[in-house]
Amino acid sequence: MIILKKGQAGTMQSSDLMVIVEPASELTIEIESTVKKQFEHLIRARLEQVLAKFGVVSGRISVSDRGALDYAIEARLEAALQRAGGA
Amino acid sequence: MADYKLRRSLLYVPGNMPSMLQNVPLFQCDAVQIDLEDAVPLAEKDAARILVRRFLDTYKERNKEVLVRINGLDTKWALDDLKAVLPGLPDGIRLPKADSPDVVERLDTLLTEYEEELGLEVGFFKILPSIETAMGVINAVFTARASTRLIGLAFGAEDYTATMEINRTKTGEELFNARMNVLWAAKAAGIQALDSIFADVNDMDALRTETELIKKLGFTGKSLVNPRQIDVVHEVFAPKQAEVDYALQVMDAIKRAREMGTGVISLKGKMIDRPVVVRAARVLSTARAHGMVDVVINEEDINGAE
Repeated sequence: MIILKKGQAGTMQSSDLMVIVEPASELTIEIESTVKKQFEHLIRARLEQVLAKFGVVSGRISVSDRGALDYAIEARLEAALQRAGGA
Repeated sequence: MADYKLRRSLLYVPGNMPSMLQNVPLFQCDAVQIDLEDAVPLAEKDAARILVRRFLDTYKERNKEVLVRINGLDTKWALDDLKAVLPGLPDGIRLPKADSPDVVERLDTLLTEYEEELGLEVGFFKILPSIETAMGVINAVFTARASTRLIGLAFGAEDYTATMEINRTKTGEELFNARMNVLWAAKAAGIQALDSIFADVNDMDALRTETELIKKLGFTGKSLVNPRQIDVVHEVFAPKQAEVDYALQVMDAIKRAREMGTGVISLKGKMIDRPVVVRAARVLSTARAHGMVDVVINEEDINGAE
């Protein structure tokens, strides 16, 4: 899918995360997290998995994570993509 | 008498809150009702149903019954709710505003379509309708027979008092007629009657009093808004040892009576006949569900052999 407009999903509550996706020419992923040191690579891997599933090859993906588990990371990115048009 | 499923405590869990959702496996309640309706703001309906689905996909080893409260079938969200959550295999759907049997029949048809699509046995998904309006209360007796998927009728006092334009009180006098109508409808249809939430999570004494009242009336469980309410409700619904002992004595007494060729006998000066036996069997089946006894009561124990 192609990210047509800005899409945002999630909250800043504990165990949740906020995801913002925006149109861009290249694919970039920025991660802010309360558990960045230990888990950034896992969060990134999970995000990349969802992006691949939806065939997203370009866009700016920004994540503020508050210690979310995998299912929430997937769900919030999916919701943000859906809101950005196309998923 | 077949084993029946304990549904003493049905805890609402907001569908858009990961911190609550991921604790579902840990809550000590009999069932959860993951909420896509009132607990989710309008702007988050889409995100909540995705979150709930992803949660259900990860919650494979279920240790309690899982219901999802969808938005009312008269809203634009209901069909998307079903489409998103049913492949996550909840045990059933809590259906808000079940004002008439038609609403339940409509959901029944939709569930059958999804079962066929998902390759599930027809009847896999259960329905728990909410009786929560004046119209719903009036139609409860028909709604209770609208589908074989029904596990019970759930009374919703908050919405009910809103449609009646009255206040809900802690003593609940204003709810008596509605509760009784829901009870009669459920009992006549042979399904469970489940009571409304109690909103004040800091007033455990009033919660206990209300639970004792609704148990006395015939409800077998209650919806809850906070995990802290679970223990009180379970304490009230647990059969007392004395009740269980007495029920065992009743079953024993009626067996002796039948051996002597009669259907009535005296136990400690009290008459024991069929209705007393039916009640004792009920106590024992509840006690069995609580793990207090392991006797299985069958129809012959209750009615005798022909």
